Amino acid sequence: MISFKVSDMEKQVADLIHGMANDIMRPIARYYDEHEHQKPTELEPFRVIMQAGGMGSGRKKKSGEKKEIKVTDDKIGANVMATVGAEELGWGDVGLMLALPGSGLGNAAIGAVATDEQYERFGQKYAAMAITEPGCGSDASAVSTTAVLDGDEYILNGEKIFVTDGDRCEVVVVWATLDKSKGRAAIKSFIVEKGTPGLTVGKLEHKCGIRASDTAVLILQDCRIPKTNILGDPEIKPEGGFKGVMATFDASRPLVGALALGCARAAYEFTKEALAKEGIEIRYDKPLTKLSAIEKDMLWMEAQLEMIRVITQKAAWMADNGRPNNLEASMAKAKGGKAGNLICQKCVELLGPIGYSQKYLLEKWMRDNKVNDIYEGTQQIQMLVIARRILDYGRDMLA
Amino acid sequence: MSTFSLDEDQRQIKESMESFAADELRPISRDCDEKFSIPPEFLEKTWGLGLTANIIPETYGGYGFNRSCLNNVIMAEALAYGDLSLSLAAMAPNLFVLPLLEMGTDAQKQKYLPTFCGDKYKVGTLAIMEHSISFDPFDVKTKAVLNKDHYVINGEKCLVPMADTAEYFLVIASTDKGTNAFIVDKNTAGMSLVEKEKNMGLNALPLHMIAFKDCKVPVENRLGGDKGIDYTRLLCLSRIGLSATMVGVSQAVLDYSIKYAKERVAFGHPIATRQSIAFMLADAAIEIEGIRSMTWKAAWTADQGEAMKNELLRISYLTKTYAAEQAFKISDYGVSILGGHGLIREHNIELWFRNARAFSMLEGLAMA
Repeated sequence: MISFKVSDMEKQVADLIHGMANDIMRPIARYYDEHEHQKPTELEPFRVIMQAGGMGSGRKKKSGEKKEIKVTDDKIGANVMATVGAEELGWGDVGLMLALPGSGLGNAAIGAVATDEQYERFGQKYAAMAITEPGCGSDASAVSTTAVLDGDEYILNGEKIFVTDGDRCEVVVVWATLDKSKGRAAIKSFIVEKGTPGLTVGKLEHKCGIRASDTAVLILQDCRIPKTNILGDPEIKPEGGFKGVMATFDASRPLVGALALGCARAAYEFTKEALAKEGIEIRYDKPLTKLSAIEKDMLWMEAQLEMIRVITQKAAWMADNGRPNNLEASMAKAKGGKAGNLICQKCVELLGPIGYSQKYLLEKWMRDNKVNDIYEGTQQIQMLVIARRILDYGRDMLA
Repeated sequence: MSTFSLDEDQRQIKESMESFAADELRPISRDCDEKFSIPPEFLEKTWGLGLTANIIPETYGGYGFNRSCLNNVIMAEALAYGDLSLSLAAMAPNLFVLPLLEMGTDAQKQKYLPTFCGDKYKVGTLAIMEHSISFDPFDVKTKAVLNKDHYVINGEKCLVPMADTAEYFLVIASTDKGTNAFIVDKNTAGMSLVEKEKNMGLNALPLHMIAFKDCKVPVENRLGGDKGIDYTRLLCLSRIGLSATMVGVSQAVLDYSIKYAKERVAFGHPIATRQSIAFMLADAAIEIEGIRSMTWKAAWTADQGEAMKNELLRISYLTKTYAAEQAFKISDYGVSILGGHGLIREHNIELWFRNARAFSMLEGLAMA
C-alpha cells in the first residue's frame, strides 16, 4: 500500500525528541559552539532514548544467526523510527547530536558485526569510528594503518584523523589492513579500548561548525590488542568482507539525510518567523508574477524540505521492509546533504545582518550543516555511487 | 509511516499502461508531433482501455472500479512516459468526467456521465487557462454573471484540449460568489473556436483558443448546483495529474539518456564513464525519485478528502512547482547529453525538451 500517514508511534517519538531537543539542546547550543572542546554534561537524558531507539547502537542479530530477510509492506522498524528521531535531533543541534554517546558509526558497527562475546564486552561502551587517515578519506580502501598478528595479539600502527568522539569515547573501532598487498579484502576493523598503551589522542580539531562534537586525531604506535578484538570474521575473504562493512552505510546514510533535513528545517522555520514579523507571509496560491522574490525562495526551500523527508523515509522504509536500499540510501544522503545546506545558506542570505549575527543560532546552523554533505561519503562520492548504480557500471568503468 | 508498495490494482494499472504506452504511444510519438495530429484509431484504442468508463460508477453505465487519485497518478505517469501529448489526449475525457463525478449534482451526473460509457471515444474537456503572461487560476478573468435562470459568460480561454471535437466543456469562470465551473455543450451560442494553437510543443494534442461572448448557460449547468464546487480541490487534482506526467516525461528522458551515454563513444570510452555526464544522470535520478514520491504524497493527500483539505493546496502547489522545474532541467540535461544529436528531430529528446518547458505554466490539461 502507498500511504503517508504518520503513525501514533512516530508522532510520539517525534514529539518526545523534539521536546528534548528544544528544552535541553537549544539552550546550550551556543555555549558549546563557543567552548569547543568542553564535553557537554547535559545530554544524559538522551542516553535512555538512544538505547530504546536503537539509533546506531543496538543489536541487530546474534552472531552466527542468519538474518532472515522478509519482504513486508508496512513494518515500522528501527530504521523508520531512527529517521524520525534524527530529524528532530538535527533540528535541535547537529553538533550536540553527534556528541551523544553511542550515536555514531562506532556503535553501529559493533551492533552489526560484533560476535556475541565482543558485544558482551563492548556493546554498552561509547564507541568512536576511526577510518580516515591523512592520506585517505573518500578512498577508504587505501587505508594504511596496519594490523600485524603477533601470537595472541594484533599490533596496530598508523594515524587516524577526523575521528568523531575520538577524545570522549571509551573504545575506538579502527579500520586497518592485515595485508596491504591484498587490497580491500584485507581491511578489517579492530576494537581498541581507551587506555591501551600505544593509543594516544593527538590534537582536537578547531572546526567551522559542529564545534560541540569533538573531532580528534588518534595515533596508534605499536598498539597491542587481544586478537579477539578483531570485529567479526578474521579471515581474509576475497569478496564480502569490505562490502559488508560498507553495507552499514545503507542504514546510516538515510539518517544523515534526516539530520540535514532537521537542521535545514530549523533554519527555514526561524526564517519564516522572522519574515512573518515583517509582515511577509508565504502563500500557496500565487502565480509567478505575483510572488515576491523572497517568497519564491521560501517556497522553493519548502519544496526541498518535503522532498528530503519523503526520500529519507522511503530509504528507511525499504530497510525495515526487507528491500535492498543501497541506491535510495545514497540518494537520501546526497539530496539531504546538498539541499539541506542550500537551505541553511539561503536562509542566512535572506535575513541579512540578522542571518549573519551570532545573536541568533541561524548562522551556526549553516556552519553545522555543511558536515552532512561531507562525512559518511561526500556529495561527490554519493553521486558516483548513484551513477554507477543507474548505469550498471563498476568502479572500473566510472571512476 | 510512509509506505511505498503498490497494491494489486495499482500494479495492474502500471503494467498495462506501461505496455500500452510502449506499444501504442511511443512508436507514433514523433510522427504525431510532426503532423500536429492524432490518428483516430489511436483514440479508439485508448477508449478500448476503458480509462474513463472505469472510473464511472455502474449506475451511470461505467465499470465502477475503485477510483483514487493515486491510481490515476500511476496511470498518468506510465502513459506520459510513452508520449505526453498522446497521454493527455487519452486521458482528456477525465478533464470533464472527474470533476463531474466528484462535485456534480446527481442530476448533472445522470445527464452527462452515460455519454462517456459507450463504445466510441467521447471528448470532454476543461477550459481554464487564459492567454496572459502569468495566468492566475485564483484570479480568472472569464466572468459568469447570473441573470435570472441563466449565466452569461464572457471571456477567452486558451490551451483547451480537443475543443474542436469536444461534446462538453467544463468552463472555469469567476462569479461574484467565487470561481465556478460551468458545463457548456458544444454548440452553445456565444462560444466559438478562435484558433487552433501552435506552441513550442504539445503539438500532437489539439489545443485551442476559444471565446465566450454573451454565452448563455442555464443555471442548472453550474457544476455542483447551488453549492458550487470546491474549486481549490479541482485545481489541486489537476496539478497532481500534471505532476504525474512530469515524472513520466522525466523518466523517459533519463532512460533514453542512459542508453545513449553508454553507447556513444568519445575519446575511446562511452561518455557515461565521464563524471560530467554521469553526474547529470545521477542528479536526474535523484530528482525523479523525489518528484515521484512527492506526487504520490500529494495524491494520497487528495484521497484523504476533507480530513486533509487544508494541506492539499500546499502540497500540490509545492509538488507541481518543483516537479515542473526539475522535469524541465532533466529534459535540458537530455539535450546536452545527446549533444548535437539532441537537437535533431529524430531522437525524441528534443521533443521532450520542448514539451517539458510547458509544465511550469500549465494548469488544467490533466486531472487525477
